[in-house]
Amino acid sequence: MAGGGAMKGRAPTGWTFIKIATVLTYVFMFAPVAVVMLLAFNASQFGSFPMTGLSLRWFVELAHNDAIIRAFQTSLLLGALTAVISTTIGVCASLAMVRYDFPGKNLLNTALIAPILVPEVVLAVSLLLFLKFLGMPKNFVLLLLGHVIFTLPFVVLVVQARLVGIRKDYEEAALSLGANPLQTFFQVTLPLLMPAVAAGMLFAFTISFDDITGTLFWKPPGVETVPTQIFAMLRNSISPEINALGTVMILITVALPLTGAGLARWLASRRGG
Amino acid sequence: MAMGDADTRDMRPWVLLSPALTAITLLLAIPTCFVIVYSFWLRTAAGDEQVGFYLDNWIEVLSDPFFRDVLLYTLKIGAITTVCCALMGYPAAYFIAFSKMRNKAFLLLLLMLPFWISYIIRTMSWINILGVSGAVNYVLQSLGIVSEPVQMLYNETTVILGLIHFLLPFMVLNIYVSLEGIDPNLTAAARSLGSTPFQAFREVTLPLSLPGLAAGSLLCFVLGSGTYITPIVLGGPGNGMFANLIYNAIITQLNWPLGSALSIVLLVVLGAVVLLYNRFLSLGQISKGLG
Repeated sequence: MAGGGAMKGRAPTGWTFIKIATVLTYVFMFAPVAVVMLLAFNASQFGSFPMTGLSLRWFVELAHNDAIIRAFQTSLLLGALTAVISTTIGVCASLAMVRYDFPGKNLLNTALIAPILVPEVVLAVSLLLFLKFLGMPKNFVLLLLGHVIFTLPFVVLVVQARLVGIRKDYEEAALSLGANPLQTFFQVTLPLLMPAVAAGMLFAFTISFDDITGTLFWKPPGVETVPTQIFAMLRNSISPEINALGTVMILITVALPLTGAGLARWLASRRGG
Repeated sequence: MAMGDADTRDMRPWVLLSPALTAITLLLAIPTCFVIVYSFWLRTAAGDEQVGFYLDNWIEVLSDPFFRDVLLYTLKIGAITTVCCALMGYPAAYFIAFSKMRNKAFLLLLLMLPFWISYIIRTMSWINILGVSGAVNYVLQSLGIVSEPVQMLYNETTVILGLIHFLLPFMVLNIYVSLEGIDPNLTAAARSLGSTPFQAFREVTLPLSLPGLAAGSLLCFVLGSGTYITPIVLGGPGNGMFANLIYNAIITQLNWPLGSALSIVLLVVLGAVVLLYNRFLSLGQISKGLG
């Protein structure tokens, strides 16, 4: 902090350079996405430049496109199931890692994040091959299991980071006041854990909702999630609907964490006040 | 339920860990072993797999210069992407870490936002910018600089651009985390001892931020080198990366044994990079960024 202030005062060129570079980086990150959202409202029949006027026609067409509606349903169901399963498994594992000491802990920690150390294509191929070996056709369960194993490390990392900040005193107090371990878990530990659980679920949902690398391998024929639907639309022709679909997806995946964060802040302020 | 007792024979952590370990064993460890087994099988002309121990796939993968060239090309793209991300990401991370702006939290939030925006949408968004009827061509034509739209898409540069766009947040976040952890007194001390701001940066801040830079680079390199979506969406015919070979073998040609052998090559090469990194720096650095 002090360094920045000093630089601001004595070396304006350096700090100005950093400022300009930062602005350019943000423009680079957000301009393409902003253009997607802008073109989604374009009235022109090709959905590309120039903008001929504002219109919601592409959103209306989206709502009438059965394939896209089905893709949305699949993605939402898949994301929700992935979030619940992955977070349940992940919270249990994180509790073990943060609250207990046992032999082989370091090795297990690596094992828990192994699914993100393996390139996702390889993870996708291996799971698909295993299914093939078992003689099962591609199905929704494979897709779900794939998403669970792929999101698990992220959930474990996020939940562990939150758990470290929760003190054990409350649980110890509950136990010493005569609550049994189950009561302690449900009435003390779990409420304290809720922010971590919510963060894990949100993270798992978004990763699942966005995933395409593994999903293209795992999805049964005829089943599309929103990303694979967009991918298929891209390969055929760039239809104007794609920008509207992208906009809806951006709104869902961005609004969700923002609402979550807002809700958490509101709950915290209410509890604090 | 939640207390760590001195009792070393406590089974509770194992009960808590068992679902996760079962999932990892069944869905990752065993399937990966199967990939190894499969790579020694043979695909017959009829399209079936012949069970056995054949070295044919391995001889093909290791001796055909085509596979070697694609692998080297993939590593080159990964390396260029990583260097670009570091050069673009460092100033941004530095600004967020040391800025005195009141809206620092907002800057951080903006930085996290791309993580929540779908990879496929961020990739395809470049078509709106660089495509034949995209923003750049529209501006160029409106200004009369070109009369016909210029084809700027579907080449190596757009693949790299798409990858940078996808991976830059990972880099910025990791550098930011390590810059944020630097004790401000250290730079202040260097300054008061007479070093210039740039010297203080070079001798104090930069070395202390290297773990973050390294963690960000590892993520960018491994994620960038393992992708096949970006080359399909933004690349041309000659821009396929190694993961595209795997995708083609498994999904298009249904040549599972060849796809298995290729998968192991990618796993070993990128795994070696991760191990090399872990040898000198801890993987724990990466998880700091997510906390």
